[in-house]
Amino acid sequence: MSFFEALVKYAPDLLRGLYLTIELTLISAIVGFVFAVPLVLAVIYGNKFFKNISKAYITVVRGTPLLVQLFFVYYGLPSIGINVTPFTAALIGFLLNSAAYQAEYMKGGFLSITTEQMEAAYSIGMSKWQSIKEIIFPQAFRFSIPALSNEMIYLIKYTSIAYIIQVEELFAQAKYFASDTFYHLEIFLLIGAVYLILVYGVTWSSDWLEEKLKIPGFDVSHLK
Amino acid sequence: MSDKKEKLLQIKNVKKSFGKNTVLDGINLDVYKGDVIVIIGPSGTGKSTLLRCINMLNPPDKGNILIDGTDITGKGVDLHTERLKVGMVFQHFALFKHLKAIDNVALGLIKVKKMKKKKAYEKALRELDRVGLADHKEKYPAELSGGQQQRVGIARALAMDPLLMLFDEPTSALDPELIGEVLMVMKKLAEDGMTMLCVTHEMGFAKSVSNEIVFMEEGNIVEKGEPDQMFNNPKHKRTKSFLHKISELYGGEES
Amino acid sequence: MLEGITFIIDNLPLLLKGAWVAVQITVLSILLGMVLGIFIAFFRLYGPKPVQKLLKFYEWVLRGLPILVILFLIYFGLPTVGLNIPAFISVILGLGLRSSAYQSQIYRGAILSIGAEQMEAGLSIGLSRIRTLFYIIIPQAVRLSLPGFTNEFTIVLKDSPLAYALGIAELLKQGRNIIVTSFRPFLVYLTCAIIYFLLFHFFYYFFRKITEKFKVPGYLINK
Repeated sequence: MSFFEALVKYAPDLLRGLYLTIELTLISAIVGFVFAVPLVLAVIYGNKFFKNISKAYITVVRGTPLLVQLFFVYYGLPSIGINVTPFTAALIGFLLNSAAYQAEYMKGGFLSITTEQMEAAYSIGMSKWQSIKEIIFPQAFRFSIPALSNEMIYLIKYTSIAYIIQVEELFAQAKYFASDTFYHLEIFLLIGAVYLILVYGVTWSSDWLEEKLKIPGFDVSHLK
Repeated sequence: MSDKKEKLLQIKNVKKSFGKNTVLDGINLDVYKGDVIVIIGPSGTGKSTLLRCINMLNPPDKGNILIDGTDITGKGVDLHTERLKVGMVFQHFALFKHLKAIDNVALGLIKVKKMKKKKAYEKALRELDRVGLADHKEKYPAELSGGQQQRVGIARALAMDPLLMLFDEPTSALDPELIGEVLMVMKKLAEDGMTMLCVTHEMGFAKSVSNEIVFMEEGNIVEKGEPDQMFNNPKHKRTKSFLHKISELYGGEES
Repeated sequence: MLEGITFIIDNLPLLLKGAWVAVQITVLSILLGMVLGIFIAFFRLYGPKPVQKLLKFYEWVLRGLPILVILFLIYFGLPTVGLNIPAFISVILGLGLRSSAYQSQIYRGAILSIGAEQMEAGLSIGLSRIRTLFYIIIPQAVRLSLPGFTNEFTIVLKDSPLAYALGIAELLKQGRNIIVTSFRPFLVYLTCAIIYFLLFHFFYYFFRKITEKFKVPGYLINK
């Protein structure tokens, strides 16, 4: 069988793998963001207790390898009675990981906003959380867009690691293909090209998003 | 002249230190409705700190501040309600950078005073018009000159209908040719009867618009009095020498 | 609880062997990345235009591909065209090549931010281009690169467990070996995580110390 004939035969599997990769990426990025917001708020504005817990969480997650975290979730949870599918384990691992990194990226955005903005908000009678919601967060978010798109790119690439814990995403499918057909070089080159296209897509989209959200005077290009 | 004038602000023996630095060393000041008070003094003498105490951005360590009879330094005070009584204009404008001019002014009305959007924007437009910037309402802060930004800042503070306005070196960060437009707005405000407390070096403004000048040095009020008296016949030597130096640098009548 | 600790202590030698492999992988890959990275940075700045374009493409590809794809291309793909590379070398090659793409950016950025004025100043006091490069530009570039380099080091360290996928007996694999005979995944992986964490912080503070030693008062690093 030629490479292309094999491709046709395995196309459904490969496409399914692609779908899982995209699903894993998007859910991890978005839910990770949702978790990251309270984390970063706790680190910057929280009281001692929440601040320290959040800081500890971020430090631990950022100080250990992603694969170890995945193993911990995938192999560790069943041993204390919680049974999860490979996909779920991967999802949990990725989003817990992503939340920590995204919180750290957003921290830079928050810190770069001057205290004067907060004071001005107070001076027109806003409360602390109102000021954060209306004034600080919209600005911090715009500053964080480059870093967040980098995180998305990171996730696209690193979902391939889920192969090691038996998730049948794109990379795993490629490996199965290679094991069956022995076209190792060809298939991994092809998959590589697919990943590059996905990464390029994210880069293009985030540039587009930045343009759309652009506000005169808000120059984030120096943060790229 | 002031037999039954309202006492809007009372500063009683306010003290504040930053670490080992005593910045305010027992300040006493009464402000009546309609007063336009200019606070002058060498840099670092706590003038800005005093203003920040009045709206509790930096609460005093000791002493009391009463706004319209309410002791805002006391316990159980809802600062957010009290802050509405005091408007603040910042040295570096502090406009909300992600909002257009009109949104900057309307935000407080919508979110704090809970006005309906239509009414809020109508009022915001009126305030912008008051400072002469109605035409620029759709512009972002980065698209405005320094003088224009500061005027928007004034409009934003005015929109909350404060009892008194604090000006923290409002023109110090402006290029010389832009200072005039801001001072003009402030002068008009004073003529309309707004109670104002200004920290500034603009002596022309002080001479022509204020009804009291307060000279602070090293955390204390050295002398205060009416402009005529302060400029022509100050009681303290330090007052005299400071005013002399300042008038040389900044002096002159304002338009 | 106590039993758990003795269990870990019994298996520590095996785990530490794995940790040592992880360190080796990291250091060798970083070194490869550094040598290549410097070359690439240099040629992207001063080389002929076609070479610059080629290197830009190289960087784009190596930063856009998942590391597993790179590793598998080398270890599984190359044999199909006759090039058999052992697993350990494959890992170093893969991580090193990828790191070179990131490191070249770091060095390029550092050199660019130093600015033409420094070169002009060197020339104006009579130094040749090469000597200015050596005495003026490079010392500054090294300092500016340190934060990025430290970051890259930790990234490679955190990716070293991927050698597991090529069957190499680094820390994670040793952990797995222990688990398949003892069925205590939670404890073992926790220990692995702790060891990585300690390694990570050790190197982080090691490079911090170096950055401190090299610091020049008032010289802005980054920003």
